[in-house]
Amino acid sequence: MNDIWTMIWKETKDSLFQGGRSALIRPLLLIGILGIGFPWRFGLQWLALTPVVMVLFLYIPYITIISFVGDAIAGERERHTLETLLASRISDRAILLGKIIVTASYAWGTALIGLLLGLIVANLSKGQGSWEFYTHVDLLLEALALSLLTSLLGVSGGVLISLRSATVRQAQQMLIVATLVLVGGGFLALKAVPAQAISSLSISQIWLIAMAVLAVLDAILLGVSLVSFQRSRLILS
Amino acid sequence: MPEPIIRTEHLSRFFGTVKAVDDLSLEVPAGIVFGFLGPNGAGKTTTIHLLLGLLEPTQGQASVLGFDTRTQADAIRAHSGALLEFSGLYERMSAQDNLDLYGRIYQMPAPARQARIKELLTHLELWERRQDQVSTWSRGMKQKLAVARALFHHPPLVFLDEPTAGFDPVAAAALRNDLASLVAREGVTVFLNTHNLTEAEKLCAQVGVIRQGKLVTVGAPDELRARTGGPQAEIVGRGFTEQILTTLREQPEVAHADLHNSHLLLELRGESEMGPLVSLLVHAGAEVEEVRRGKASLEDVFLTLMEEEQR
Repeated sequence: MNDIWTMIWKETKDSLFQGGRSALIRPLLLIGILGIGFPWRFGLQWLALTPVVMVLFLYIPYITIISFVGDAIAGERERHTLETLLASRISDRAILLGKIIVTASYAWGTALIGLLLGLIVANLSKGQGSWEFYTHVDLLLEALALSLLTSLLGVSGGVLISLRSATVRQAQQMLIVATLVLVGGGFLALKAVPAQAISSLSISQIWLIAMAVLAVLDAILLGVSLVSFQRSRLILS
Repeated sequence: MPEPIIRTEHLSRFFGTVKAVDDLSLEVPAGIVFGFLGPNGAGKTTTIHLLLGLLEPTQGQASVLGFDTRTQADAIRAHSGALLEFSGLYERMSAQDNLDLYGRIYQMPAPARQARIKELLTHLELWERRQDQVSTWSRGMKQKLAVARALFHHPPLVFLDEPTAGFDPVAAAALRNDLASLVAREGVTVFLNTHNLTEAEKLCAQVGVIRQGKLVTVGAPDELRARTGGPQAEIVGRGFTEQILTTLREQPEVAHADLHNSHLLLELRGESEMGPLVSLLVHAGAEVEEVRRGKASLEDVFLTLMEEEQR
């Protein structure tokens, strides 16, 4: 566990908050979009967590992740820091999990702040004086769980692609292609399901099914990443 | 006799048909700087990877600090330090954070880490710039920091892979001096990969020479000189004709004679007297201005070994 904390410390210093104050621009911009821009635009719809709001809410943290998760392994390889790290006593698992935890927490943290700030901004935008909470608590909890699972999907998939990419640019290009395949595949799968079956489900049940699918995908990708992250393979790559 | 700190037996690593390391049997005693010499692509870096357990050998075995490289690689990495081909520093982090990271990795308590950072950075005259991002440092400063990182957790054994490669002579000499003083102070065994023969000559108590994955020879630099090349002489003057060279080569004490820009270079057999040879030259009509005797440098030894292997 100590080793994972060490990697979390390192990733926070090296990856997330490198470059001083300018490093804060990215998270502030994201929180601005997710916690101020959209809630102001959607108003009460934001508090109802309508399907459009939910998709946007999941999409932004996912995009955040794929913009920098490619750097996780490919970046270390490109900057020649990976070999030295592998020559130390730290375990393969600690290196990988440290990277996954930090990146997923960053994206999920952004989503949580977005939800909290969105609550305030959406209330301010409607200007009625009375204070309203998110309309459906079950949808709110699903939104929290889904954003965590989406973040994990982006991170574990991203780390896997980063592992197999020679450069950060290659990793990012592959991540965009993988995202398009994922979205396209999801769309085709939905089309294949009879419309009657979908209409018989409540919106909450649809999100629950999405959560189950994401959890399975996360587990597979995380498992494959853990198996693939081996010193001897990385040294040769 | 004390147990060697590194022992390899018929160690080999092949990449397809390429034999990167081929049947390497070697013993490195504790407490010395061991130079592993070889041209580019000779198998030096692969040897370090094998010794650190980062690569599995194709054949043979190796033990480092008493641990088997196949089954106890984690223990080897826990008890050794490494500066590999690249400095491996996190350039967006400060020097202090770079060292602190490796202190945390090696599970040193916070006060010990802070004390060690101060000790090493002060010794290397980097303390004043400890808070700067490493990316703002010069290459020489970065490499000094990387050496400090390799020694940070007081390992009994350190692997250094061409630490002065690509440096200008002044920077290389400065880094070499820092390296020598640190190694002496810490009492650490060093496995030093290099193709810089001056470096090997100045730092190493023993050297091994590798070519195309095979160990060509191993021993103290003096032993190698004695084994590979005899005493030498350089005669400066004029009138060294081809006939004079032929006569010289016929002398029993002359192993080899060659002419380079009016400098006559002789390799002698044993500790021969120079008087009779100079007298022979003068009688043959040559003008002798200066006679210098010397031993083969490690570079001569290295080049001779490489030529012998090529034949």
